[in-house]
Amino acid sequence: MQSLHFPWLELATFVPLVGAIVVSRIDDFDSVRRTSIIVSAATLFLAIGAWFDFATLHAFEAHDPWLESFGLYHADLFVVDELSAPLLPLGAMLYLATIATTLRTKVRRFSFVSTLVSESILMALLSCRAPWGIVVLLSLATIPPALEIQRRGRSARLYWVYMGLFVVCLTGGQSMIGTEDFSSIGVLVVTLAALLRSGVFPLHGWITELFERAGFGTALLAVIPMTGAYAVVRLVLPVAPAWGMQGIAIVSLATAVYAAGMALVQHEARRFFCFVFLSHASLVLVGLEMVTPIGLTGALYVWLSVGISLGGFGLALRCIEARTGRLSLDGYHGLSQLTPLISGFFLLSGLASVGFPGTVGFVGAELLVEGAVDVYPLIGLSVVIAAMLNGIAVVQAYFRVFTGVRREATATMGCRPSERVLIIVLSAMMLGGGLYPQPGVASRYHAAEEIIMLRSDLRAPDEAEEAEEADAHHAAAEKQVTVELD
Amino acid sequence: MTIDFTFRILGLVTITSPAALLTIFAASALFSSNLSERAQEWLTKLTIAIGLGSAIGILGMMLAFDLRHVPIDIGDWVAIPEEHFHFHLKFVFDRLSVPFVILSFVLCGTVGAFASVYLHREPGHSRFFLLYALFLLGMVVSSLAGTIETLFLGWELVGLSSALLIAYFHERAGPVRNGQRVWAIYRAADAAFLVAALTLHSMTGAGDFEELMGVGSWPEGVSAIDSSAALLVGGLLLVAAAGKSGMVPFSGWLPRAMEGPTPSSAIFYGALSIHLGPFLLLRVSPLIAASVPLQLAVLATGLASAIFGSVASRAQTDVKSALAFASLTQVGIIAIEIGFGLYYIALIHMIGHACLRTLQLLRAPSVLKDYQLLEDAMGLHIGDVRESDASNPRTPPRGLFRFAFERGYLDAMLDRVVVGPFVSFFRWCDRVEHAVASMLSGESSHEPRPVVPYPRSLEDST
Repeated sequence: MQSLHFPWLELATFVPLVGAIVVSRIDDFDSVRRTSIIVSAATLFLAIGAWFDFATLHAFEAHDPWLESFGLYHADLFVVDELSAPLLPLGAMLYLATIATTLRTKVRRFSFVSTLVSESILMALLSCRAPWGIVVLLSLATIPPALEIQRRGRSARLYWVYMGLFVVCLTGGQSMIGTEDFSSIGVLVVTLAALLRSGVFPLHGWITELFERAGFGTALLAVIPMTGAYAVVRLVLPVAPAWGMQGIAIVSLATAVYAAGMALVQHEARRFFCFVFLSHASLVLVGLEMVTPIGLTGALYVWLSVGISLGGFGLALRCIEARTGRLSLDGYHGLSQLTPLISGFFLLSGLASVGFPGTVGFVGAELLVEGAVDVYPLIGLSVVIAAMLNGIAVVQAYFRVFTGVRREATATMGCRPSERVLIIVLSAMMLGGGLYPQPGVASRYHAAEEIIMLRSDLRAPDEAEEAEEADAHHAAAEKQVTVELD
Repeated sequence: MTIDFTFRILGLVTITSPAALLTIFAASALFSSNLSERAQEWLTKLTIAIGLGSAIGILGMMLAFDLRHVPIDIGDWVAIPEEHFHFHLKFVFDRLSVPFVILSFVLCGTVGAFASVYLHREPGHSRFFLLYALFLLGMVVSSLAGTIETLFLGWELVGLSSALLIAYFHERAGPVRNGQRVWAIYRAADAAFLVAALTLHSMTGAGDFEELMGVGSWPEGVSAIDSSAALLVGGLLLVAAAGKSGMVPFSGWLPRAMEGPTPSSAIFYGALSIHLGPFLLLRVSPLIAASVPLQLAVLATGLASAIFGSVASRAQTDVKSALAFASLTQVGIIAIEIGFGLYYIALIHMIGHACLRTLQLLRAPSVLKDYQLLEDAMGLHIGDVRESDASNPRTPPRGLFRFAFERGYLDAMLDRVVVGPFVSFFRWCDRVEHAVASMLSGESSHEPRPVVPYPRSLEDST
């Protein structure tokens, strides 16, 4: 395995952690906010550095150079590969964007310390490929949101129930994998944990709870990086049998349609966002579980596009809520005249998330649909139905929030400079990724190849034989179709 | 300079000119640097002149060199060669696309000039022209698309701009609700289109219309897929076309779309957007010719739409709705012509109808004034006001008139059969989720009622 030229990954993990300690000792809220912005900007810089450094190596994976000095060369810690390379800067960017767009009026309620600790855990998680490291980090990541719910004086019982189950399943299942008698059960239990973390129906209750009871920023950061999908790729994909993957794909498809339908009937903006996110996260899982090059490429691309677009969509909603309080979707609020830039951004990011042509989501959605229809010709159409319902829901929410009678605000509703920068940067990413998608697709295709290779290496020999037979059968059928067409 | 190079330059200018207009307007909105009305109008005129000039230049060259099919291949937009996945960007100038793109430029130019006066000092002037640029780009891309994916791209742009322009007067709930309804229908139609595109892709290995039509340029192509496959793909495309053009059973949204400002009504539902459905059917005409059941389906859809449009237009109480249904009648007849394989007649019918309807819709706001002028000149009343109707205006409409007056109950049927059960089911699921969450968490899962940002919302005032 090759080494990076600089310890980007260790620094990206420890800078926010040290930042959290420093911030916890500052009393002045403005200084807390300023310091947190600097720390998260430094983390973003380091994550981007890791990505670029990795790209120059033209390797499938690379580890940090300091590992050798600590004797952890083979430990699969602080490793970057095709899958995680773009996810690191995406995660860091979401944290920076959330911290930077927190209004001064909200700095007392928003916990910068807890946010920086979460960022550190996320960076460590995305740099880790060791199964037990992932288990520990995923378990740790469940704590900060729960503490925030309790700090707000709300009941975190439901959240703890779900997350307790998640941690038990994850650790229990992982300890069974590799044993002689219980390996299959272990895989099943870890899969259950990963699905719970991804919010697959009917295990999604903790996500709606989180959005209702925690701060919007905290909830966004807990779900948008899609650590559940990361757990699926790292822990489940290499060991799960083919029939198991198909079962998960079908459950995920059902979740995608169910969540899209639920998004259409919500009365509150946060719950609406939560269901739109759940639908998209399930679509990513569908692609991951098909384990075909096209489907996987689509899923990995959608993972990035959803991170950018739904991250922007959620932050736009958060910007509005920061000015108006919680938004109901029962009426028309008429905010477009007061916040025209946010209104345009809300629509753009919403459309990008549903794969509107010319935006970053389009190509990913096409690949995903093509992959799904190839593998499950009829059931795969559910992806199209989910995309259709999400599209209707997004525009409906836009109409509800931004159209209606225009009223004069007593306080300024215009964008702050940090919000304006966020909107311009994310808009450029959404449109740039949509108009010039080839580099992103090529990078995700390499990551998909890597995952498929890893899976085929670890599959049981008899299963591999079965798969080869199926492939040969499929190729023969394709050849026959081609001849018939000719 | 070679002929091919000249064609390529002119073709690219035709496509990029509306894209440049959209970029300028979007960048201006993003950076909050408001362009003056004059600048917007000037840029629009310039774009139309450049695009139209290039398209006419191509037409002239095609006639001069006796060419009937000029492809402009941009190359792979996205490709995964190992998996034989290609998203090809290709534009085609042929006997179908050239007249349609010229028509698009001419009518968009006319409507742009009209709108610059009609919407003078309107608060949403910039928004209108931004969406107008989006529409123009969508129309040009759809008209010239050489692959089904490229056509889908333009198709979606047209749909979004239409829905947002219907909701242009967004202070009122009516236009917004109608915009939402139209968007929902469009999304359903787009889903059918997407599935058709994917099916075609997997059947022919590419979405290229040349591959689909085998040998020969439009309209002489012969389908490269068999009749049963043609029926499947063509059926899905017929659903997409019916949704986009408001043909039966999707006609309920047509009068709703008239809530938008007159220039957008004219351009969308009188002239261009409503003809996109027939244009799609013409583009895939080899598919229709390959399957008799598909031809019959096109004929049946066209016939039903023509009869329904004709009946409904006679009972409408406002001029724009009457014109919308009159347009539907003609679109139905165009579909019948396509079903019978009369492709050139359908194309000519489409162009003539689009021009006539644009004129009528743009004159619609002045119709009373026109009538007064005519009456003053003639010295008598125009029209047939029957005494019985005037003396008993509250007689409830019955039979066919009631059916036409209620627009065939299509919206009500859609609400009852699709929307109602869908919403009821998911609301029930939502209630169950709340109940379970409340039980497990020990406190109500309903948040305190969300704060409404202002003392009164639109709902209160209505």
